Amino acid sequence: MSTNKRLVSALTKNSEEDFALERLIVTTKADSFLEWAKRWGQSNSLWPFPFGTACCAIEYMAVVGPKYDASRFGAEVVRFSPRQSDLMIIAGTITEKQAPILRRIYEQMADPKWVIAMGACASSGGFYRAYHVVQGVSRDIPVDIYIPGCPPTPEAVLQGIMQIQERIKKGVSSYADAQKIEEDELALSTLKAE
Amino acid sequence: MQEQNKFSDDLKNAFGDKYSFVFDNHVLFADTKTLLSTMAKLKDIFNFNMLLDVCGVDNCKRPVTEWTHGIRFESVYHLLNMDLSQRIRVRVPVDVDNGEMVPSVVSFWKAADWFEREAWDMYGITYLGRKKERLLTHHEFVGHPLRKDYRADHNQPLSESLDIFFEPDPSISADEARKREWINIGPSHPATHGTLRIMAEIEGEVIKRSKLEIGYLHRCFEKMAENHLYNQVIPYTDRLNYCSAPMNNIGWCKAIEDMMGIEIPDRAKALRMILAELSRVIDHLVCIGAGAVDLGALTSFWFCFEERERVYELFEKLCGARLTVSLTRIGGMAQELPVGWVTDCLEVVKKIEKGIAEVDRLLTKNKIYVDRTRVCPITAQNAIAWGYTGPCLRATGVNYDIRKANPYYFYKDVDFEIPVGQNGDNYDRYLVRMEEMRQSLRIVNQVLNNLPSGPYQSLDKRVCIPPKKEVYTNIEGLMNHFMLVMKGVRPPVGEIYSATEAANGELGFYVISDGGPNPYRVKVRPPCFAIYQSFSEVVQNKMISDAIAELGAMNIIAGELDR
Repeated sequence: MSTNKRLVSALTKNSEEDFALERLIVTTKADSFLEWAKRWGQSNSLWPFPFGTACCAIEYMAVVGPKYDASRFGAEVVRFSPRQSDLMIIAGTITEKQAPILRRIYEQMADPKWVIAMGACASSGGFYRAYHVVQGVSRDIPVDIYIPGCPPTPEAVLQGIMQIQERIKKGVSSYADAQKIEEDELALSTLKAE
Repeated sequence: MQEQNKFSDDLKNAFGDKYSFVFDNHVLFADTKTLLSTMAKLKDIFNFNMLLDVCGVDNCKRPVTEWTHGIRFESVYHLLNMDLSQRIRVRVPVDVDNGEMVPSVVSFWKAADWFEREAWDMYGITYLGRKKERLLTHHEFVGHPLRKDYRADHNQPLSESLDIFFEPDPSISADEARKREWINIGPSHPATHGTLRIMAEIEGEVIKRSKLEIGYLHRCFEKMAENHLYNQVIPYTDRLNYCSAPMNNIGWCKAIEDMMGIEIPDRAKALRMILAELSRVIDHLVCIGAGAVDLGALTSFWFCFEERERVYELFEKLCGARLTVSLTRIGGMAQELPVGWVTDCLEVVKKIEKGIAEVDRLLTKNKIYVDRTRVCPITAQNAIAWGYTGPCLRATGVNYDIRKANPYYFYKDVDFEIPVGQNGDNYDRYLVRMEEMRQSLRIVNQVLNNLPSGPYQSLDKRVCIPPKKEVYTNIEGLMNHFMLVMKGVRPPVGEIYSATEAANGELGFYVISDGGPNPYRVKVRPPCFAIYQSFSEVVQNKMISDAIAELGAMNIIAGELDR
């Protein structure tokens, strides 16, 4: 039986995916291979939704701009519709007035989804310990990656995107975790009620 | 100078002892009963044709000096006479606790609209005949955050965003009303560049009425400034107009320096001019690039951003940061130029010139671009009434630029011209911005070629830390260092309004000092706040797509708008 040598050799030898690929040829066990292929595809064609509110949005423009070029990581197709995107990049300060909109847009995004909190303000409120600034978006939505900086350098943002890719390849997302916690809590409360 | 003295005398004759001249500012006291007649006099006789700013002040923690009057709140107006380029401040004490109300000045200047709303939002000062609507804070907010008894870290979460709603239009029949629809644009929308929200009532594609909702990026700059030292405010100013951060640094530092009477060294002045003009260029590049994206022209955006990137690199060499640089300090600059920076900068200027020429070839004679931007004109008179400044005002044909009218630093010595438009439409704004970039590069070239040598910081002991050698060897230097670190910069008791020409127009800082280490009150006069409030009127009966083009051409920066 012939295999595509190039495809197999391009992978790291000892990865699980590699095994799955080899096993597919021998045992035709499609599930794990398909899962791997799905993750591989997802991680290399991220469609970010830039939730840009402030200075970080300008720096995010530089990331997709000609010099840093996010398309090298397959993440250049910026979608302004939450329905079409799977990665939310929160670039900028989230104020109390903005928070309900952020929640709503996050809910509108299709599953599976990942979130990057770009910059100090989105991560923790930054140096705005103020009456109208949300002290970190994790209060409202689950976050996958926090990028430090005010604003972060484009290099840092690219690294954040690469870390998201790794998470996708490992099949981890804060959204799934949050979902699971919610389910557990629900189950616990029904158990208690019984 | 003579002109100013004569003007001062005239004001003195007209208003008697209610008028004073302090810190290079004309100051006038009025009360709520005489406010309207005073304003009428100022507008008609003294030709103060533009209202720059209205704001509230809470005096409850202010020590008693000749600046206070024993009443807790006051409403403060800043007016501008464009012919003589004189500014005046009108202070009106208001006894809010006993239900005193201030007559609204919207009938004199339309620009007062949002400023008065903001004063109610922040201080609870009521203006007669005006609805009490929240502007920057959200609709579930309780209390007035800039009052001194409101804690800076007291958050109030919002449960649900405000729904779109229009009162029924009395001027149309029920049949016509049925044709109308409501649509919501923003605050997360590709064309709104951040966090603006437009609620529009449309008939087909035409906007019949619209309401604006702002405050989605209200980061409480003013409250934060009140809780930080003067030098600590500089990073906050970076994030006002984040497309051209150094200009805000310069505006803030200049205000404090003017207050303390510090003359910064020539080299610092020249460096500030270079930074200001470079940031004017990059600000206009973003405006033109992003504005063109809204019209579907993506190519020019990449061209603009490539040039912007070069300036970022210069800033990075200078201080390590790209966007939010905090390059100035009160009394001069943060640091000396690195070796070779001047040559790099000269090269970058040449490259940007080329880049601008490329953008020019892409857009200026592009029929689609021209047709789509020849929309939404505004007359000069209307623009002045709304408080327009900067490129948007100059596009209407008004030749007003602070760099020429009240030249600061070396602007009177360099050779440059102020481009003006004719029609005040979006295309004229584009042309004005393009030409301004070329003129800015011209200024940068001239300054770089004649860069003065010398210290980059003033030697004034009140603001600048002495050199390390002095600190280690000399008791005076050590004490000076200690006092500055422990007690901070302390301007004298008083108030000042100081304005610089930022990329979007007049950026003013109104600073009140009570002699302490923190500013007592800071009010920013953001240029796009005044411009954006006219949006509803400008886009009325225009297509939705024209409104989008207008939004891009106004260059609304949310950080500055909402502060």
